[in-house]
Amino acid sequence: MSQPVVEIKDLYAGYLPGVNILNGANLYANEGELIGIIGPNGAGKSTLLKSMFGMVKIREGSIELNGENIIGLKANKLVAKGVGFVPQNNNVFPSLTIEENLQMGLYQAPSRFTERLEFVTEIFSELGKRLKQRAGSLSGGERQMVAMARALMMEPEVLLLDEPSAGLSPVRQDEAFIRVSDINKAGVTVIMVEQNARRCLQISDRGYVLDQGVDAVTGSGRELMDDPKVVELYLGNLGA
Amino acid sequence: MSNSEPDKATGLHSGDAKPGVAKVDPILKASNVTRKFGGLTAVNVEHVEIPRGAITALIGPNGAGKTTFFNLLTGFDSPDSGTMEFNGKSLSGMRSHQIAKLGQVRTFQLTKALSLLTVLENMKLGATDQAGEKILGSLIPQIWRKQEAEIEKRAGELLERFKLYEKRDDFAASLSGGQRKLLEMARALMTNPTLVMLDEPMAGVNPALTESLLEHVLDLKKEGMTVLFVEHDMHMVRHIADWVIVMAEGEIVAEGPPDQVMKEQAVIDAYLGSHQETDLGVVTGRIEVSDDGEDK
Repeated sequence: MSQPVVEIKDLYAGYLPGVNILNGANLYANEGELIGIIGPNGAGKSTLLKSMFGMVKIREGSIELNGENIIGLKANKLVAKGVGFVPQNNNVFPSLTIEENLQMGLYQAPSRFTERLEFVTEIFSELGKRLKQRAGSLSGGERQMVAMARALMMEPEVLLLDEPSAGLSPVRQDEAFIRVSDINKAGVTVIMVEQNARRCLQISDRGYVLDQGVDAVTGSGRELMDDPKVVELYLGNLGA
Repeated sequence: MSNSEPDKATGLHSGDAKPGVAKVDPILKASNVTRKFGGLTAVNVEHVEIPRGAITALIGPNGAGKTTFFNLLTGFDSPDSGTMEFNGKSLSGMRSHQIAKLGQVRTFQLTKALSLLTVLENMKLGATDQAGEKILGSLIPQIWRKQEAEIEKRAGELLERFKLYEKRDDFAASLSGGQRKLLEMARALMTNPTLVMLDEPMAGVNPALTESLLEHVLDLKKEGMTVLFVEHDMHMVRHIADWVIVMAEGEIVAEGPPDQVMKEQAVIDAYLGSHQETDLGVVTGRIEVSDDGEDK
């Protein structure tokens, strides 16, 4: 088997001294995969995602990008190496226009702007028509699109998404998931943390259920959806 | 897991279920309430009444003005025009803490826990009319010691109920997003409210916790409280709401019992979307469509 794009082994990490959020978590993503991470509140989902973007203190374990250790690298270095990250909140520059937001995403390689703009506006066509609009005037769903588009400007190999559907109305949530799927189909490896577990697993190639900082269950999206234990503990019976 | 349908309150309105319909026993009324931000009219509610003792859901697309309307009703923002009444008492010019004292409390979509206080301290702050808040009273422990103990007991009970008791001595900053949501709800209950307003209680809460959160909300109704909540989780709305109010572009565009409202084409187009009952794996072409029912 070829080498995974991202591989996390036995990761211990946390924010406060002496308090670990991750307690030996493992995860890998092969090229072109769409990975979903679900699990209860406080399980460490966002922390696991942030650990891949240099935002968490790593105590033990390894994180490799194409076989290379990336622990200790700063965000700008990681972006240059092909990692894109979309935070859950505050993910656009509100006083800048959509176009300027996209330029910010590419500040390390401004000469590629025209070419990359073409790529992202193919996925997010509505943004292309509104480039001069201030991001602050956009709705939550539209901001999420801008944030994803900005992360795609650097042509990342791996895109990390922290709850792309959070706070969106049902129809916008569905749109967000469909866009995530489109991004993945365009060749980007995607690792996504989600609360809307059912929707997340519907589009994921593989999923991880995180519990108390450890990957408790893993399998294909479909396997997890049908796993009675996962249903009881993490999906709930409502709306089944 | 209890999958049984909770008892739904019926007979809440008089006349046809349409926007602005009168309620048999309204706890909250708003008339001609507008709020403009620059050229944008965020809220323009002609008339709406919230039924007492029931659970009412306020739904609508992003940017419909739901949270702004919440802010107006709770004194966190002032309307440009219009009147609002809680239990027959005008809310005009009242500040948020005064409204909370009347028995109308709220939570926030983005939680506002005080990070560097412990969970228990956050809870104790929620209690109103504390004797120790008075400058003179604070100097004499005898005045507040007994009350302090009562408050702590009540806080403990609520934390137990919301499964946060083991976290009582942790800083609120160390809680996860979902746990903060629970803390906010528990803290709101410290005021012994009659109307509880929840702004997206489910956002960021994982589905397994959802069910217990739903139970908490249903319990509030059982205890005689009125609940008004904003939510995007339609399973929650269907499951627990007795009444649904739909907002779009600042106006109330539909009202009625959940099943009825969610069948309205305008609501589906503007809000629910056409994929509600389908598997996104199928929609995106990621999985093969099988003949028998998918997603069972």
